[in-house]
Amino acid sequence: MSGNWWGVLGTSAIAFALKYLGHAIPGKYLAAPRAQQINTLIPVALLSALVAVQTFTEKSRLLLDHRAAGLGVALLALLLRAPFPIVVISAALSSALLYHFI
Amino acid sequence: MRVVSDTDRSTLRDSLSVSLTVGTYGIAFGAASVAAGFTVLQSCLLSLLTFSGASQFALIGVLGSGGSVVSGIATASLLGFRNGLYGLRMAPILKVKGVRRLLAAHITIDESTGVALSQESRGEAAMRRGFWATGWGVFIFWNLFTLAGALGAQAMGTPAAWGLDAAVPAAFLGLLWPRLDSLRTRCLALSAIGLAILLTPVAPAGIPIIATTALALIFGWVRK
Repeated sequence: MSGNWWGVLGTSAIAFALKYLGHAIPGKYLAAPRAQQINTLIPVALLSALVAVQTFTEKSRLLLDHRAAGLGVALLALLLRAPFPIVVISAALSSALLYHFI
Repeated sequence: MRVVSDTDRSTLRDSLSVSLTVGTYGIAFGAASVAAGFTVLQSCLLSLLTFSGASQFALIGVLGSGGSVVSGIATASLLGFRNGLYGLRMAPILKVKGVRRLLAAHITIDESTGVALSQESRGEAAMRRGFWATGWGVFIFWNLFTLAGALGAQAMGTPAAWGLDAAVPAAFLGLLWPRLDSLRTRCLALSAIGLAILLTPVAPAGIPIIATTALALIFGWVRK
C-alpha cells in the first residue's frame, strides 16, 4: 500500500477519533481557559507555516517563483474582502500566467 | 404535519448559505489533491472520511511537497484537534447516543458548530437544527465539489500550468485569514512563517510545519 493510502486512512481514522472523543468524554476536561486559548492558536501556527512552506520552498530549499506572485494576489484579494473561491482562483490564474510567460 | 416557523426557516437559511459557500471550497481541495499526486478516489475518500478541510489540505500539502506520511498525518491531526473541542461544546446541546452520536461526531466541524452557536439566542432546538442542517449540508456539497475539482484537475494535466501549485497556499491563506483577529494571532502567524522558512533547509519536510505548534503553545501560555 502506498504512502498516500496510509495518509488517507490514518488521517481519517484520527480525525474521526478526535471528533468522537469530544462527544464522548465529560465536558470538564480541557475546559481550562489556557487549553482553549492554545487550541485556537494551533491552527493559526500550522496554517501560517503551511502558507510559507507551500509558497516559498521546494523540497528542502527556499525558492521565489510564480507561486509567490499567486500568493501576493491572494493577499490582495483578501484585503479587498473577496470571497474564498475568488481568492483561490485569482491566485491560480496570476500564478499560471507568470508560469507561462516568464 | 409540522408547521415550519420563521425561526426554523431563518436557521435553515443560515445553514444552506454556509453549506453552499464552504462546499465550493471542495473544488479547490479536489483539484489541489490531484495536483499533489493523490488519485481521484483517494481525494474523494479524504473528503468523505476525514471531512475536515484544513486537515485534508494539510495532508496533501505535506505529502505533495515530499514530507513523510507520519509528518503528514501528524500535521493533519493537530489541525483536527479543535473538532474534539467543538464536540465537547456541542455534546450537552445535542444530547445524542449510539449511532446518532457517531453521525454527530462525523459532522462536528468549524461550520456546523459555528452556525449552531450563532443560533444561541433562538434556543437549543434552533442550535440543534443549525448543527445538523449545516453539518449535512456542508458534507453533501463538500463531497460533490471535491469530485468535480478532482476530475477537473485530472483532465488538466500539469498543475503549475494552471496555477494549481499556487492555489494550495492561497487556500491556506484563506483559511488562516479569519483567524487573524488579534495582535496575538497576527504576531503568531508571522513568527510561524519565519520559523517554517528558517527550518526548511535544515529539517526533513513536514517538520518545519509541525515545529510551529511550539510557538502556539508559547503564545497561548501567556494569559490575556
